[in-house]
Amino acid sequence: MSAQAQKACLEVQDATRRFGGLVAVNAVSFQVKPRSVTAVIGPNGAGKTTLFNLISGALSPSSGRVLFEGVDVTAEPPEAKAARGLIRTFQLVKLFPELSAVENVKVGCHLRTRGGLLAALLRPRWARRMEAETEERARVLLELVGLAATADQPAAALSYGQARLLEVARALAAQPRLLMLDEPAAGLNADESARLATLIRRIADDGTAVLLIEHDMHLVMNTADEVVVVDFGKKIAQGAPDRIRQDPAVIAAYLG
Amino acid sequence: MNSSPSTILPKAVSVPARVSPRRHLAQAAPWLAAAAVVGYALVVGGYPATVVGFALIYAIFVSGLNIFMGLTAQVSFGQSAFAAIGGYGSAILTTQYDWTWAPAMLAGLAAAVAAAFVIGYPTLRLKGHYLSMATLAIGLIAHEIAVQWESVTLGYLGISGVPPIDIAGFELSSDRATLTMLTVCVLATAFAVARIRRSRLGRAFAGLAGSEDAARALGIDVARYKLLSFLLAAGFASFSGSLFVHVVGYVSPEVFSLHMVILSFTMLYVGGIGTVVGPVIGALVVSVLPETFRALRDYQDLAYGAALILLLIFAPRGLAGLFAALDTRRKP
Ligand SMILES: Nc1ncnc2c1ncn2[C@@H]1O[C@H](COP(=O)(O)OP(=O)(O)O)[C@@H](O)[C@H]1O
Ligand SMILES: [Mg+2]
Repeated sequence: MSAQAQKACLEVQDATRRFGGLVAVNAVSFQVKPRSVTAVIGPNGAGKTTLFNLISGALSPSSGRVLFEGVDVTAEPPEAKAARGLIRTFQLVKLFPELSAVENVKVGCHLRTRGGLLAALLRPRWARRMEAETEERARVLLELVGLAATADQPAAALSYGQARLLEVARALAAQPRLLMLDEPAAGLNADESARLATLIRRIADDGTAVLLIEHDMHLVMNTADEVVVVDFGKKIAQGAPDRIRQDPAVIAAYLG
Repeated sequence: MNSSPSTILPKAVSVPARVSPRRHLAQAAPWLAAAAVVGYALVVGGYPATVVGFALIYAIFVSGLNIFMGLTAQVSFGQSAFAAIGGYGSAILTTQYDWTWAPAMLAGLAAAVAAAFVIGYPTLRLKGHYLSMATLAIGLIAHEIAVQWESVTLGYLGISGVPPIDIAGFELSSDRATLTMLTVCVLATAFAVARIRRSRLGRAFAGLAGSEDAARALGIDVARYKLLSFLLAAGFASFSGSLFVHVVGYVSPEVFSLHMVILSFTMLYVGGIGTVVGPVIGALVVSVLPETFRALRDYQDLAYGAALILLLIFAPRGLAGLFAALDTRRKP
């Protein structure tokens, strides 16, 4: 148990991605420990989202490797990585707009449920029970992110902040082992943001590693155990939040 | 967050589903309207029964199309090919090989689903419009085969003398028996679509319809579910093709032409894409509407066209959407 706790949940080795002449992510390496919150920060265009895409499989790296729980998953498609427990959200929220909030979360339960055509048509007892559990779980998760009141509204009708929180709830429905959040606090009001900070801490304490991209420094300082700073595609610093805050290279990047 | 429990997944407070009487009415109304039309045809028989019978066969075809286009948000212009495989399968096996209708229908279904697999497996991995182009080609090729493969299909001449469906020795050849059998088939189809829609499978379809990226990020194998949706649509298409040849007793290439595709698209959009009742009500309205304008003689097509345009202007989500507007809540 303790030996496993030492092993990195995620290991990024020299991840590089070029877009034509632009090197969006340049030889970035870092690790995410189990039960920890790691924040990736950096100016706009630094390559944070591209780095997320490389890890989640949405883009393949030009070079470098991604190891998840000790297994090389670099070449796996997103759904295969998701099946391993690597679940992400999107900076530009990608909900299922036609579905209600609770249905969105139920789609997120896909990996944790089973049943195909026959279960749908015949609806045996185990399938009915699973449906009821899925519905219940989805509502609990909505409650957790503070969206219980909007559970039956179409996702398209939610505010920007609510939509982000719904995406977090939907990702949690997949019971991730590593949860990757791309700017989850963007568009959230102070209340929602504080609630999110508490939630992120709790997710990590419950045993899910969290990797988040965030601009809200308050949120980062309150939640992160470790901060990775990228600028122009390169990692320029890494360390505990209060160390990072005083790092000259980081200050230069943000002021510069 | 004050009173929140200490674990991520606390025991749930069950939230009772609130269903208003108004909602029940909104859901029942299109079904009642469809039942009224079918009921009228059952009582009157004759020509109205023939028109409504065709509409019901189309309702099954369009329900299948709706799984692929409505629930899964893909496009196929080639579903007529799978109806043709089912229809010709039934016609050839019953007239030339003396099979009974049930195994012939199943063989046609198996062939249609197999064909859909062979076509869908490579094309559904393609993004964007490649699939639509490919499906358009399938429909045209199937039509061409039906015309050219004369030794089996008899070409333009078509195959006649297809026996009606019989159940326990009782031939369903009268208007009313046929209509009753078709109504049962439509209800079974609608039941299947409704169950698929509210299941893990249906949610996977809805997920990839809403955002392929998000669906994949949640572990949904998008290529696999697209293929499954395509196979289901092909299955229903084949079933409707088989029903057609048994009801009419005849099949020729024109039955499964591009006209069928256009007609089915009209039915799907007029009725309400993505809903269970939409294909049924759409098939009935699009089939019956031209008949009601028959008295206008020369202006029949014009009136029909105008009615369709008005419908799509005032009910952009289809007739099912119009009924749903009676209710304040959206579809689940
Ligand atoms: N698909 C793409 N094609 C070309 N350039 C891209 C693509 N995605 C991102 N980029 C570029 O890569 C750089 C990093 O972008 P991104 O990862 O979105 O930054 P961040 O998330 O840190 O704001 C930007 O210059 C951006 O324009
Ligand atoms: Mg970004």
